[in-house]
Amino acid sequence: MSDVNGSGKFLVGIYDDDDVVLKAVKDVKNAGVRIHEVYTPFPIHGLDVALGHPRTRLGIAAFLFGLSGTLTALALTFYTEGYDWPMVVGGKDSYSPVVYVPVIFELTVLFCALGMVGTFLVSNGLGPTVKPLMYDLRTTDNKFAMAIDLGKNNIGESTIEQILKKSGAAEVNVKQF
Amino acid sequence: MASAHAIPSLDEEFEFTAESKRRLLIGIGIGVALVAIGAYLLASGVGSHETHAVAAHGAGDHEGGHHAYKWTNRLWANVWLNAIYFTGASVIGMFFMSYNYLAQAGWSVAFKRIPEAMPAYLPFMGLAVLLTFFIAGHDLFHWTHPGLYDKTSPEFDPIINGKKGFLNTPFYVGRIVAYFGLWYFLWNRLRTFSLQEDLYGGTAYYEKSIKFGVAFLLVFGVTSSTSAWDFVMSIDTHWFSTMFGWYTLASWHVTGLAIITLTVVTLKERGYMQWVNESHLQDLGKFMFAFSIFWTYVWFAQFMLIYYANLPEETIYYRERFSGFGGIYKAPFWITLFLNFVFPFLVLMTRDAKRTNIILKVAAWGIIIGHYFDFYTNIMPGTVGEHGGFGPIEFGMILIFACGFVWSLYSQLTKANLVPKNHPMLEETLHHDI
Repeated sequence: MSDVNGSGKFLVGIYDDDDVVLKAVKDVKNAGVRIHEVYTPFPIHGLDVALGHPRTRLGIAAFLFGLSGTLTALALTFYTEGYDWPMVVGGKDSYSPVVYVPVIFELTVLFCALGMVGTFLVSNGLGPTVKPLMYDLRTTDNKFAMAIDLGKNNIGESTIEQILKKSGAAEVNVKQF
Repeated sequence: MASAHAIPSLDEEFEFTAESKRRLLIGIGIGVALVAIGAYLLASGVGSHETHAVAAHGAGDHEGGHHAYKWTNRLWANVWLNAIYFTGASVIGMFFMSYNYLAQAGWSVAFKRIPEAMPAYLPFMGLAVLLTFFIAGHDLFHWTHPGLYDKTSPEFDPIINGKKGFLNTPFYVGRIVAYFGLWYFLWNRLRTFSLQEDLYGGTAYYEKSIKFGVAFLLVFGVTSSTSAWDFVMSIDTHWFSTMFGWYTLASWHVTGLAIITLTVVTLKERGYMQWVNESHLQDLGKFMFAFSIFWTYVWFAQFMLIYYANLPEETIYYRERFSGFGGIYKAPFWITLFLNFVFPFLVLMTRDAKRTNIILKVAAWGIIIGHYFDFYTNIMPGTVGEHGGFGPIEFGMILIFACGFVWSLYSQLTKANLVPKNHPMLEETLHHDI
């Protein structure tokens, strides 16, 4: 992850059940521990609320990508058909935006889709040459992992381990990046 | 999974208060009075002077130009317009239930009783449609003129004669009876299963409902298109559009969704249905948003094909609406596009908007009014042409039909518990969270 700090040392609590990890998030936070992130094999309803994540800004990104597509299509069609080489086809005005609505629509969708793929890769730290940070490989299968950044917590490592265990973690591992 | 929402009691009866009944009756009374005033004004010839001015503009090339215009044409055209609009609004309740059964959707169960109550208005609309056709069919539908099919007649029209196999009175009336009969019968089955499920429980009624829902979708897949041709497209007999079935379905569908949303929000604000949470509302808002865009997509596809091809027999349809008849249909044409696309698109875009009661209500009203104008723009130019307008007769007729619709909806809602208590998806819908 891009926000790994100097120490790069994490405590990773492994949970077996989605209900347990959801409750554990609240318990651990109440105990005063800052949670870095929770990794799950499938989406859990209410987890983002429990973690206190701010509202996603994906909608804004999608809108801006779409808008860039709309503007590109307008500029492209206007430059080619309206300015650089005006043509009269089928008795229409040489530049009639109505004719180009399909182009405008398609480029809006295309820019939005490609932009969101890029956003997905960047925000998840993925990419052709990037080595993804895995806190625990089993989160891609059946385990739920809660990562605690030790560099961002003032509580001692053993105390946090106790808190995690108490909240229902089946095991607690140390992960150094 | 633990829900964030507390679930209130599930035993809840809707009360159709004497106050609402009184208001609806007053609404119908005002409607009748407005229609009477409008009819009097039309019969006594007020406003006919502008007719001559318009006729001088050469609107006579309009294909549906009826030989003898009577003022009653406008009255019956209005009955027809409202009957078609509310037929759609009613049958979409059944459509909504059916595809939710087919998808085995759980989220919509919380307010299922509302779409379930809507199709009860269908028999009345069927009667209105048949009555209008028998009384005024000859004035509203150019294709009913016998001379068009008679080779010796000066009125003979080879194009319309070629459509005789489909557009002839016995088959037409038979189709209309079949539409309303099939729709009502299948709805009646689903309604019966739903009420029995409340009493006896179990999953048997659910399984049967899926089967009848699928049967309805098969029927509606064909009849939604053919009824659109019969009810609306056959008015402009020469003209045809391959998009028309979809277009009318899209219009009906989003109207129905807006009515469902408006009813849910209204009932919730009156203290009913507290189990409907923000997630349900957001999903309903998404439905309205998405199908407004779908309507626009079909609307524009139909327009653009005709615009591109530029064939006179097709472009006449838009010429009539843009500049024909002295331009009286230009305003409803643009109102349609604004209220059905621009307005819901901008208003319902954000997540917060779809979770806010007042915004949902405003958007739903916009869509409901906008799609009235959609049908107005489709039906009026071909039936009354330059004699059209928007006066007391239009307002009155809307009031009569709308108050009748609400009356039918409310009296159906009183007949069952407001949530289907034994529905297999009940738990899912009560904990709906997105």
